[in-house]
Amino acid sequence: MGETLFVQGNEAVGHGAMAAGCEAFFGYPITPQNEITEWFAREFPPQGKVFVQSQSEIASINMVFGAAATGVRCMTSTSSPGWSLMQEGMSMLSNAELPCVVVLVQRGGPGAGTTRHSQMDYNSATRGGGGGGYHDIVLAPASVQEQHDHVQLAFHLADKYRNPVIVLSDAILGQMAEPLEVKALNYNSLPAKEWAVRGRDHQSDGQRRLILPAQGFMPSKAYPNYLTFVNNLDQKFKEMRRTEVRFELQDVEDARVILVAFGSLARVCQGAMEMARGEGKKVGLVRPISLWPFPAQAIRKLARDGVKFLVVEDNLGQMLEDVESAIGESAPVHFLGMLARHEAREMGMIFPDRVLEEINKVY
Amino acid sequence: MAVKKEKVAGGSDLWIRPEFAVIPSCPGCQEPVVGQLILEVVEEMGLDGEAIVVPGVGCTTFLPVIWNMDAVLTAHGRPCDVATAVKRVTKAPLVFTVQGDGDCFAIGAGPTVSAALRGENITVITMSNTNYGTTGGQMSPTTVTGQRTTTTPEGRGEMQGHPAHVPELLGGIKGVAYTARGAVNTPANLQKAKRYIKEAFQKQLDGAGFSLVEIIVACPPNWHYTPIDCLKFIDETLLAEFPLGEFKNVDRVEQPIPVPAQ
Repeated sequence: MGETLFVQGNEAVGHGAMAAGCEAFFGYPITPQNEITEWFAREFPPQGKVFVQSQSEIASINMVFGAAATGVRCMTSTSSPGWSLMQEGMSMLSNAELPCVVVLVQRGGPGAGTTRHSQMDYNSATRGGGGGGYHDIVLAPASVQEQHDHVQLAFHLADKYRNPVIVLSDAILGQMAEPLEVKALNYNSLPAKEWAVRGRDHQSDGQRRLILPAQGFMPSKAYPNYLTFVNNLDQKFKEMRRTEVRFELQDVEDARVILVAFGSLARVCQGAMEMARGEGKKVGLVRPISLWPFPAQAIRKLARDGVKFLVVEDNLGQMLEDVESAIGESAPVHFLGMLARHEAREMGMIFPDRVLEEINKVY
Repeated sequence: MAVKKEKVAGGSDLWIRPEFAVIPSCPGCQEPVVGQLILEVVEEMGLDGEAIVVPGVGCTTFLPVIWNMDAVLTAHGRPCDVATAVKRVTKAPLVFTVQGDGDCFAIGAGPTVSAALRGENITVITMSNTNYGTTGGQMSPTTVTGQRTTTTPEGRGEMQGHPAHVPELLGGIKGVAYTARGAVNTPANLQKAKRYIKEAFQKQLDGAGFSLVEIIVACPPNWHYTPIDCLKFIDETLLAEFPLGEFKNVDRVEQPIPVPAQ
């Protein structure tokens, strides 16, 4: 048993990173993720770990690039407008095959949007927002505990695949407080980072190391030409699709209506589902935990006769496209999005009773 | 990348030839000359096994690729951000960038100035050839007034602003320990340029703060001069705009980054 704290989701990110052995954090102030950057500013330097407040999110992600090149576990966090700025760096990290973790605390968009909650960065996180058509694993926590746990999982997966991993949080998860059990999660050990730069004389074989975000541009021993490199990426992404799909099913066996929701909206849907079950209605819930790779197969299997799906997201319908694509014509897919918020201002929310109302409509 | 050593005539042992040929420079380019100076200094200081070089994007990218030294290449304009992290994390005694003037002070102005403002204990070596050589000779920050490039076909004029004086500009920043401008157009200037590089590296070893050396280099293909005429253009036109020398040289900036324990 680890220590139990009562903390915000944003702070839980820090505890998770510490438990994962993160050595460096680079961040720039942006609402609603400021508690993360402030946590690292407070906790890292006394432990001899690196914290730098950068001059922009472009700088944050490039500092992550530099730190990752030296082989340490490192990360940054941001919110939606900063995430837009980081796309160049994300693309570069993917090419250079550098592991790192980015925590994205979503706010309303597009543009500067609002400083309040939303789930409007689903597409840009799961599709590889920078140039070149790459993929990052995207994890979607739904509680303060999972903010902490998923950061640790993210570091493991990043090192496993030598690829960035995104933890897709939002303003609700970041700002709300819940009990957190702080503990280091154990994963299989991974090979030492022989590829990292540390100064030629510190390399085990005395050979210099070259990290570059232009693999394929010029021939190397690993990748004699461009397509060899691209093929390696392809194999890596396919392996992620095979191995890293994560999701949670609740009461789907007998369900007539199956809700599909991730992150904070999965919590809302959980409430709605319990209310519906209380009324004797057969309602289930699919919660994708990895948004990329998306649990398409698991959802497709649930599309049996008589089942209706209701996708609930705090956006205008982004994961909806993945669900529709998974199900095809096998079952009807309904949608409840951010226009169903309880009030028209930016602090409006989709509440469980509104979801219940929609369940009753489609049931 | 597996490498075999092959000494370039008269050059440093640190030049290597990767398995696959990389030809970094055009005939008459002076960037390999600056590369040679950097390697001589690194060797004389005994730092080649400890140093980490961070090249930017442009003509300078491929020089450090053929050095027997750990290297982290970056996105265009980002070397100072990357070098900041490399230095802070590894605490390596020598972390330096190699950049062109566009990489350092057009797209990279933010990272360069910000690293200087933070007093990062890193060194920037920027080579100014007054144009974007890799992409075919467009205007760059150091293009001089009246100079023709592919994006200033009538010569750089009022609408295109004025040439950037980076060492002078950064010299005014508190976190900066050393800035200088050199050239390699004459043997005397070449020796001075080498001293500037050595001084800048020494500032970093001393934990004095940010250091930057700009070196003016010839670009025959994009200037459309012969290599000999390039030297004349540097002497008569560029050095009139960009004076050589040190612009800041202090032993300790006011709020230095502490020298990390080794």
